[in-house]
Amino acid sequence: MEDILKIEHLYKHFGDISVLEDIHFSVKKGETVVLIGPSGCGKSTLLRCINGLEDIQDGRITLEGCAINPVDKKDLKIRQQIGMVFQNYDLFPHKTVLENVMLAPVKVQKRNRSEVEQEAGELLERVGLTSKKDCYPRQLSGGQKQRAAIVRTLILQPKVLLFDEVTAALDPEMVREVLDVMLDLSAQKRTMLIVTHEMAFARAVADRVLFLDEGSIVEDSTPGEFFANPVTERARRFLKTFEFEKQR
Amino acid sequence: MGFEVLLKGKNMIRLLMGLGVALKLSILSVVISILAGLVTGMLASFKKSVFYIVFRVHLEIVRIMPQLVLLFIVYFGFSKAAGWNLTAEAAAILVFSFWGTAEMADLVRSALVSIPASQYESSRSLGFNSLQTYLYVILPQVGRRLVPLSINLITRMIKTTSLVMMIGIVEVLKTGQQIIEANRYQSPNAAFGVFAVIFLLYFAACYPVSRLSKYLEKKWEN
Repeated sequence: MEDILKIEHLYKHFGDISVLEDIHFSVKKGETVVLIGPSGCGKSTLLRCINGLEDIQDGRITLEGCAINPVDKKDLKIRQQIGMVFQNYDLFPHKTVLENVMLAPVKVQKRNRSEVEQEAGELLERVGLTSKKDCYPRQLSGGQKQRAAIVRTLILQPKVLLFDEVTAALDPEMVREVLDVMLDLSAQKRTMLIVTHEMAFARAVADRVLFLDEGSIVEDSTPGEFFANPVTERARRFLKTFEFEKQR
Repeated sequence: MGFEVLLKGKNMIRLLMGLGVALKLSILSVVISILAGLVTGMLASFKKSVFYIVFRVHLEIVRIMPQLVLLFIVYFGFSKAAGWNLTAEAAAILVFSFWGTAEMADLVRSALVSIPASQYESSRSLGFNSLQTYLYVILPQVGRRLVPLSINLITRMIKTTSLVMMIGIVEVLKTGQQIIEANRYQSPNAAFGVFAVIFLLYFAACYPVSRLSKYLEKKWEN
């Protein structure tokens, strides 16, 4: 498979603090890549750089050969080819679920309204939100909001999907419904980059795992390999924090 | 009780015409304040800009100075010092708009900054440009937050127009005083009746505005 997304020698710093150092990897079409690592290691910042929400200091990010960061100001439409789902859903509170989903395709992509509405209906049905399509975000549970936010991103038919700790703000029993949607997307061979702290999920969904620490990629391997035999001491210690032993 | 003076001659009509003057001044000032306040507030939401500094100074002046002093400065002061011979009505509209614009701008600015940054980010990641983000995402939310606050400002402006009698405009309160004065001997109780009716007139003017705010708040509950 060809590489669709390329991150080349990316450097990012906030003031004097270096957040990402020489990040260099590429993602193949249809691949699901999971980024894991301790808090503050730069995973979320990396996703935000790929989505163009953060400036980068050096290096470049390209999608099918087109520069997306640094981006040509006249070519902001390239952003729609990269969809991002955020931790706090960030639905538009003054619009219903259906309106949230339809706003960008109708207003930005200028697609035909009835065609968009039909597609929105199909996608909402796929994530089990048909009965909620006329509700406002505040009437929904966290899991429903996050599924709606995923649909809002999907309808733009992005070539790459970014998920930034999308279950971190959810109650445990709602995590599953969101992860199931993502497993479904992965099975459809969508190209996805996922930041998560759900290790069991990471193992199930990933084609490839990147372990980040202090702004660098420390390990790049398959989930089977990474979770069974992490190469670095740092990764071993990190994985250990998810294990519990009874104190005697 | 003093209500009978209002039935004499054209007294009630005169009072209503006085109310008309007060409402004309308030409506003009309110419309100017809202339009100017929207623009000023948006500009002032860019912190560290020169607009923000100008706006802060403007707001402080308005908050510190009693409106009556502002009225006197503009009406009596400017005519001598700057040679501006404003009519009393023009001076009143100028002062109330100056005040209303500052207050309205502050409401717009605070409503704008209260929209979480993540709303801008998620719009941006959906491909909206800045104008589209404002138009479809930010301003509708700002509008909903603004309605109750600006209605409060509008009713305050309507009430405060009673100050303009001090620069010689014959509005509802001044008309009331004239009626009371003219009937001092025949109806010594006129003060109660006339002022009570003026109270009801102000109530009738402000209540619908406040109902409208309640209605919109309900409608936009989401």
